[in-house]
Amino acid sequence: MYGLGMIKGFWVTLKHFVNSYTEDVQWLGRNYIDPEKLRLRQSSKGKGLFTIQYPNEKLEVPERFRYIPFLIYEEKDGKQEDRCTSCGICAKVCPPQCIWIVRTDDPVTKRPVPAPKEFYIDTDICMNCGYCAEFCPFDAIKMDHNYELASYDRTSAHVYDKAKLSKPLSYYASIRPTDYEAEEKARAEEEAKKAAKKAAAAKKE
Amino acid sequence: MTDAAPTAEASATTLDARFPGAVTPDTRAGYSGYLVAPDKLIEVATAVRDEMGYDYLSSVTGVDYLADGKLEAVYHFYKTSGGTALTLKAQTPRDNPVIPSLVPLYPGADFQEREAYDMYGIRFAGHPNLKRILMWEGFGGWPLRKDWKEAYYEQDTKPFDSRWPGGHFRRSEEKSPFGHNVSFADGFTPEGWVSEAEAAQYPDISELQTGNGRGLHTDKIVVNLGPQHPSTHGVFRMVVTLDGETIVDLHPVMGYLHRNHEKIGERNTWLQNMPFTDRLDYLSSMSNNLGYALAVEKLQKVKVPERAEYIRVLMAELTRICNHMWAVGFLLNDLGAFFTPALYAIRERELILDFFEATAGSRMMCNYMRFGGVARDIPEKMRDENTMDFVNDMVFNRLPKAIDDLDEYLTENEIIRSRCIGVGVLPPEQAIAYSACGPLLRASNVPYDIRRAEPYSIYDRFDFKVCTRPNGDIYDRYLIRMDEMRESVKICQQVLRDMPIGGEIMAGKPAYNVRVPAGEAYGRVDGPKGELGYYIVSTGKANAYRYHVRAPSFINLTVLGELCKGAKVADVVVILGSIDIVLGETDR
Repeated sequence: MYGLGMIKGFWVTLKHFVNSYTEDVQWLGRNYIDPEKLRLRQSSKGKGLFTIQYPNEKLEVPERFRYIPFLIYEEKDGKQEDRCTSCGICAKVCPPQCIWIVRTDDPVTKRPVPAPKEFYIDTDICMNCGYCAEFCPFDAIKMDHNYELASYDRTSAHVYDKAKLSKPLSYYASIRPTDYEAEEKARAEEEAKKAAKKAAAAKKE
Repeated sequence: MTDAAPTAEASATTLDARFPGAVTPDTRAGYSGYLVAPDKLIEVATAVRDEMGYDYLSSVTGVDYLADGKLEAVYHFYKTSGGTALTLKAQTPRDNPVIPSLVPLYPGADFQEREAYDMYGIRFAGHPNLKRILMWEGFGGWPLRKDWKEAYYEQDTKPFDSRWPGGHFRRSEEKSPFGHNVSFADGFTPEGWVSEAEAAQYPDISELQTGNGRGLHTDKIVVNLGPQHPSTHGVFRMVVTLDGETIVDLHPVMGYLHRNHEKIGERNTWLQNMPFTDRLDYLSSMSNNLGYALAVEKLQKVKVPERAEYIRVLMAELTRICNHMWAVGFLLNDLGAFFTPALYAIRERELILDFFEATAGSRMMCNYMRFGGVARDIPEKMRDENTMDFVNDMVFNRLPKAIDDLDEYLTENEIIRSRCIGVGVLPPEQAIAYSACGPLLRASNVPYDIRRAEPYSIYDRFDFKVCTRPNGDIYDRYLIRMDEMRESVKICQQVLRDMPIGGEIMAGKPAYNVRVPAGEAYGRVDGPKGELGYYIVSTGKANAYRYHVRAPSFINLTVLGELCKGAKVADVVVILGSIDIVLGETDR
C-alpha cells in the first residue's frame, strides 16, 4: 500500500514522542532538579529526552576530561611549593607551542634553579591535547575540568600567567581522584625504594 | 573489476624490464616502487592500468627534494581486486617542473594534480583545468615547497627555541603577517585586482544564451550554492549553471577552510602531529589517529600489543557508526526532513562520544592513538558504572536496536524513495576511474574495502561482510551506510568477545621525542568516509620531511560535477549529502 512506509515512520516518531514524557511522569519532574536523574537521562538507560538545559543543567564531565592545563602546587609549612621544575618538556612537546617558560637563574651563581620564574599559557592557541600532562615527569602540570572560560577581553584575559595557572594539589585530587591515587602510590613506592637503597648503602659503609 | 590480474610480484619484475631506461627501481634507502622518466609516464601508466590491472589511482602528491633540486610526483596505484600498492614516481627539475597529466587515463587524478600544482607548482601538461584549488588565484608562491615560509613563520621545525628557557611571552599577532612573510604573484596589485579565478568560474554570457528550439528565447543562469549555505555542510561552494531547473554544469570551489595542514605537519614533530589529525575529519578523529599511527608504525616497524589492537579496532568501528549516524541523519536534513531524523540518529552517537570522552578525555578531538599503541587503557568506571558493562550494553543491545529503529523509520518512506532512487547514479566503472572510495564506491557495486583488500591492524581476524549495493544511486548510498553500521556493530561485538583483559597497551615506553627511521610509507585505513591515506617521508629526524593526507572527502568530490549533470537543483544538495564530506578534511 502506498504510504505504508510513511505511516511506519510516524509510528516511530510517536514512540519517541511518548517516551519523551514517560520519564517526566515517572519522576514527577524531579528529573530536572535531581542530579542523579539528570545522569540517568543521558545514560544508555535513558529513553526520553536526551538534551539538557545548559547552563541551568550541566552534565558532569568524566575524570579524564581535559581542558586547558593548570600547574599544581603543594602546601608545605604554610608555603606554596611548585611542583614544576621548569624542565621545559611541556613546552617542547606542546603541538601548537602555546607554553612559554622563563627558567629561574640563581642570582649569584647564574646556574638554573629548578623552579619557573614565569609560566604562560596562551589559551587561545591551546588545543587541549593533554600532551603536557601526559609527558610531565613531575606530575606538575595537569589538565583542568573547567570549560567555562568566556571573557570580554581577549587580549588581556586569555593569556594565563603562573598565578592564574597555579592550583592546589587538593583541587587536583578532587577532580581526578583515580589518577591522583595511582600517582601517589607510585610516588610512595619510589620513595620507599630510594630509602631502602640508602639504607642498604649505609649498611655497606 | 579486473579478475585475471597478474600478481604484484609478477608485475614488479616486468615493469622495469618492459620499459628499459624509462623505469628504474627506486633504490633510495627505505623507499620502494619505481622512478619513471616523465616523458614516458603516460605510456607506463597505460600499461599499468590496462596490462597489469592497477585500475585504481589512489593518491597523487608531490614531494620537494630541495637538496637535489627536484620535485617529485608520487603515484599510488591499487587494484580494486585487492593487494598492495604499486608506487610510481616522476622527478622533474625544480626551476621548470613539468609532468604529463594522468587525467585522461585516470579522471580521479583531476583534483589531486590540481592540488599538487597549487602546493608545489608542478605543471601537469594536458590537465584540462590546471588552476589553483585550495589557495586563491592571486596567491604567490608554492606553499609546500621547502623554501616557502608562511605568515608568522618562526622556525623550520618545532619545538621553537623562543619558548624555553627564556620564554618571554609575545603575542604572535603583534608581528604583522603582511610584513615580509607574505608574497604575491608577479605583477599582482591587491588594490586593482579582479579575480580571474572568479571570472573563470562562470561561462561566457554568449554561451548562456540559448533557445529552447521552439522559438522561445531562454537563458541559462549561473547560481552559486554556498559557500555560506546550510546544505553544503560547511564552507563549500558549487558554481552551478542552470537551464531552468536542470543542472548543466557544476564546479566545486573549495579551500575556504584551508590552513595548510600538511605544512603544519612538516613543522611538527611526529608525535605533535597526532592531535592535528583529529581536526581533519572532525567527526571521526579516532580513524584519523589510527591511519596516521599506522603510517608511522610502518616505518618504525613496531609491534602493537594485542589489547591495544583490539581497543583500536573498537574505537575505529564505533567512530564509523558515529559518522554514518551523522551522515544518514543529515542526508535527511538535505532532503528536507529537518532535524527530526538527524536528532534520532545523533542521540545514539552521544553515548559513543560519552565513551570516547571517558576513555580519551575528549568527545571529538580524541588524540587517543600513539605510535605503538593507545594513550590510556579503558577506564574502570564511567559515571559510577562499569565502563565495559556500559560498552557491552551499548554494542549488544542499544545500537542494534537504534539502527533497526532508524531503518524502520526511514527506509521504506515513500518520499525518501521517490527522491533518492535513480538520482545521482554513479556506475561502477566511473566510480573506479574517478578514484571514489568508501561507501560511495561500494554503493556502486564495487566490493572494495581496505579492511579486506589490504587488511591492516587485526581486521583479518574478524568476520564481517564487505557490503555492496547494485545501483549506485542516493538510495543505495543511504542503504550502504545502514549496512555498514550493522557490520560495524558485528565487529565491535567480536572485539568485545575476544579482547584480552588487562595487559600492555603500548609497545615500549611512551616517549615524546619519537624518531622515525628514514624512508617513505603510505599508511591507509578504510575510514568512515573512505580511503584515508597518509603518505609520509622521513629523513630520520624528529620531524616529518613530507606529510601528505589523502583525504577521502576531497577526492570523492572529483566526481560531484559528473553526478549532478542533468539532475535538478534540489537534488544537488542531496547528492552532496550522500557523498558525505567534511570540510576540515576537504580543505585541510
